Amino acid sequence: MALHDAKLASNTDGHASSTHNSDDAHDDVKSYIIGFILSVVLTAIPFTLVMNGDLSKVTTIWSVVTLGLVQIWVHLKYFLHLNFVTEEGRANTFSFLFSALIIFMVVGLSVWIIYESNAMMMY
Amino acid sequence: MSLLGKLSIEAVPYHEPIIMVTLAVVAVVGVVIAMLITKHKQWGTLWCDWITSVDHKRLGIMYIVLAMIMLLRGFADAIMMRTQLAMATNGAPGYLPPEHYDQIFTAHGVIMIIFMAMPFMIGLMNIILPLQIGARDVAFPFLNNLSFWLTAGGAILVNVSLGLGEFAKTGWVAYPPLAGLEFSPGVGVDYYIWALQISGLGTLLTAVNFLVTVFKMRAPGMKLMQMPIFTWTCTWANILIAASFPILTAVLAMLTLDRYMDFHFFTNEAGGNSMMYINLFWAWGHPEVYILVLPAFGIFSEVISTFTAKRLFGYKSMVYASGAIAILGFIVWLHHFFTMGSSANVNAFFGIMTMVIAVPTGVKLFNWLFTMYRGRLILSVPVLWTLGFMVTFTIGGMTGVLLAIPGADYVLHNSLFLIAHFHNTIIGGAVFGYLAGFAFWFPKAMGFKLDEKTGKAAFWCWQIGFLLAFMPLYVLGFLGMTRRLNHTDNPDWNIWLYIAAFGAFVIAIGIFFQLLQLFVSFKNKEKLNDTTGDPWNGHTLEWSTASPPQFYNFAKIPHIKDIDAWTDMKERGESYQRPEKYTPIHMPKNTSAGVFMSMSFTLMGFALIWHIWWLAVVGLVAGIGVFIKRCYTSDVDYYVQVDEVERVEATHLSANTVGGRS
Amino acid sequence: MSTIATSSAASMPHEHAHEEHHENNTVFGFWLYLMTDCLLFASFFATYAVLFMNTAGGVSGKDIFELNFVAVETAALLLSSITFGFAMICAHRQNKSGALAWLAVTWALGACFIGMEVYEFHHLIEHGNGPQQSAFLTAFFSLVGLHGLHVTAGLIWMTIMFIEVTRRGLGEQTVTRLSCLSLFWHFLDIVWICVFTVVYLMGAM
Repeated sequence: MALHDAKLASNTDGHASSTHNSDDAHDDVKSYIIGFILSVVLTAIPFTLVMNGDLSKVTTIWSVVTLGLVQIWVHLKYFLHLNFVTEEGRANTFSFLFSALIIFMVVGLSVWIIYESNAMMMY
Repeated sequence: MSLLGKLSIEAVPYHEPIIMVTLAVVAVVGVVIAMLITKHKQWGTLWCDWITSVDHKRLGIMYIVLAMIMLLRGFADAIMMRTQLAMATNGAPGYLPPEHYDQIFTAHGVIMIIFMAMPFMIGLMNIILPLQIGARDVAFPFLNNLSFWLTAGGAILVNVSLGLGEFAKTGWVAYPPLAGLEFSPGVGVDYYIWALQISGLGTLLTAVNFLVTVFKMRAPGMKLMQMPIFTWTCTWANILIAASFPILTAVLAMLTLDRYMDFHFFTNEAGGNSMMYINLFWAWGHPEVYILVLPAFGIFSEVISTFTAKRLFGYKSMVYASGAIAILGFIVWLHHFFTMGSSANVNAFFGIMTMVIAVPTGVKLFNWLFTMYRGRLILSVPVLWTLGFMVTFTIGGMTGVLLAIPGADYVLHNSLFLIAHFHNTIIGGAVFGYLAGFAFWFPKAMGFKLDEKTGKAAFWCWQIGFLLAFMPLYVLGFLGMTRRLNHTDNPDWNIWLYIAAFGAFVIAIGIFFQLLQLFVSFKNKEKLNDTTGDPWNGHTLEWSTASPPQFYNFAKIPHIKDIDAWTDMKERGESYQRPEKYTPIHMPKNTSAGVFMSMSFTLMGFALIWHIWWLAVVGLVAGIGVFIKRCYTSDVDYYVQVDEVERVEATHLSANTVGGRS
Repeated sequence: MSTIATSSAASMPHEHAHEEHHENNTVFGFWLYLMTDCLLFASFFATYAVLFMNTAGGVSGKDIFELNFVAVETAALLLSSITFGFAMICAHRQNKSGALAWLAVTWALGACFIGMEVYEFHHLIEHGNGPQQSAFLTAFFSLVGLHGLHVTAGLIWMTIMFIEVTRRGLGEQTVTRLSCLSLFWHFLDIVWICVFTVVYLMGAM
């Protein structure tokens, strides 16, 4: 979506939608299809790993989390069109990265705080 | 299931004389004001030009009016508390029973932080920021109006609690289990929850609005590192609001679910963990205090550089220091509960991070001092507030670093030392800053200056009163007095309590002088008239407009070449230029959707408080309905035609040039 | 504030550039709002992370999570993401019937997801495992329920957009609104990735 808006912003002469040429359309369809296939794979693997229970618990957890993070990246790139190229993409990407940093800090530190206090109570 | 839920005539506290008298006074004042408005036939103006306004300048003024009214209420709470503590020494009960006293200290905190300081800051930001970046309005003018009314809705709920029911008795932080259903079964905590949720939404929308405005609507040529410093500090504050307010929304929602639907987030039974409330609350609460103080820092920068007629020293380091404070402000929050009982490692990490924040703050202080160095500082009222801030806030900052040491905090947590520290920083930092900004930008917003004499008297009363009211509290903290005590029984404490009460009365005189100042200034507005729009020889673009500014702000958006854009234009001889031609200006129309939406949601909040479920649904549906109707209204904007622009500009230009032509 | 002649915005010459500027602001503003929504979810995730072991002697995740069921829910939501993508492509191409068709498919898949989730919640409550039983169940119902509420809001919004597109076609304002809804919808799928990973997959191990 961000890519479209960047194209709209850079065009000053026509009505917004007429700037959308067929090349962009194919890129878009491709983008969604690639993203979808990757997402299906990245979903199927963790579900299978957990449902079969073949690997050790620790390995499974790490795999599942990593695959989840990768799938989030896939969604951000192929569905939400985050990028560092267009002005729109940069603005959206930086605000996302900043939010991700805050989330990482707040969630991470919160979990640490409560787990430590639980441990102090021998919980 | 009664039609009115838990609400009945018993909700009116008619056997509490203090409250009933207060309500009577408020009612009389309200009637008098209504009568005056009717007499001068101003209801139409009030509705058309103010209540439905989407103009950021008008909304800003309304925010500040709200803040000042709530300052009076919050300060009344303070005087009552100081008086009670001065009277209730040596075991005497005083005049305020604990059930009432507890509501007063809770309301005092909620009102001063959420309904005085935040609206004051947001009001100043509303009036000035779009002007400083050369914009004609904010990105979403309708949302701006909605934000104001949501804030007002929250304030209304807090005030209604005085006459119907009760307010929370938990302290302004409302920790469960005390704030849970078992120990606070009444409506008080529910008033607290909904007032904060509704106004919190307004604040969040403001942050998003101003971030888009700053990133997308700056005048051409104005790079980010050329924005005025006040705009930069507000931007960091808005980033903090956007990042922290959702946490408050979440934690209050969890408390709500515990209270309304018997969930177990924070209960003692079934595995709840009330410490997670404290954790999440302060993950919001600490950024909140930086939200309050960063814009104040920006104001001080503007004031110092203007009244020494020098460029701000170290502009870039100021921006980076503000950014560092903002981001660090997100990893220090545990210092509010060192004693909650997490591990030594946790306490050590957060203690160190808290002390680190003093560093960028120090950078800023030195930059202000270097700005003043070799300048000719004019001791105007805004400068007095600024100098007062430098001394007062430094003391508060130092006691903060002291409290950041977990070992020391174990002794001082929740003692009056803590109370002294945070009042020191909030009053000395944020409030002095807003009052400086108020004096600085009043001529811009209203068209005439404030009376200097009463302004100086107000400052000195506040400064001296503050020291008298709060320095004793540091002593009392060391002497072992805890916060939120209703009465005391330690003779060593008495003298300090008397001095503190006296200090509160000196501040009261300061507030009286501020009201007097407004009265005198309005009376003498012809004499105090600001004809040029630039009474202080300012540096930034707001001073290029008329006072009050043209309703569209700029007839022609200026092209920016440097920091301190207005000084730059004046030096290049580009100020007060009549452009070759004017073009029609696109402006948004006023709307009633904001006030109707907010009042619907406020009604919903009131209904939820009293368990009037059908009314809650009505409020919610009505609010959403008004919004959807607004989405499908096409008559939302208009064009100001060239001849009107000509007329408005001509007045402003002729006041600033010889013969009206430059 | 007075206006001399009120000209409707549409008749002014330089309106297009201004409108595009304005619509871009809307989408960016909505994106920033979504970032705040991320933080809202993060708070509920953090709370789930510290409360999920507090089962108060009752059921834990292992006892109640059915991964086959969740896999189908996940498939529905993931599919709905690309069908919305196709709807947006049609919208940008001014293909009204295409956009409406893909919107309807998206809506159906989203409704499927919600239906399944309501069934799951109902089933749990019926068997005495409602949110009032333990902190774990409180946190589970709240986190998953918050996501479900967002999806429901999205479906309501989608219905309104369907009507708007039918009645007004694909004008600039409508396409902007669809863009916002599209961001919302994709973002909800991202949150679901976190939900099925942290809650269901890790809970079932």
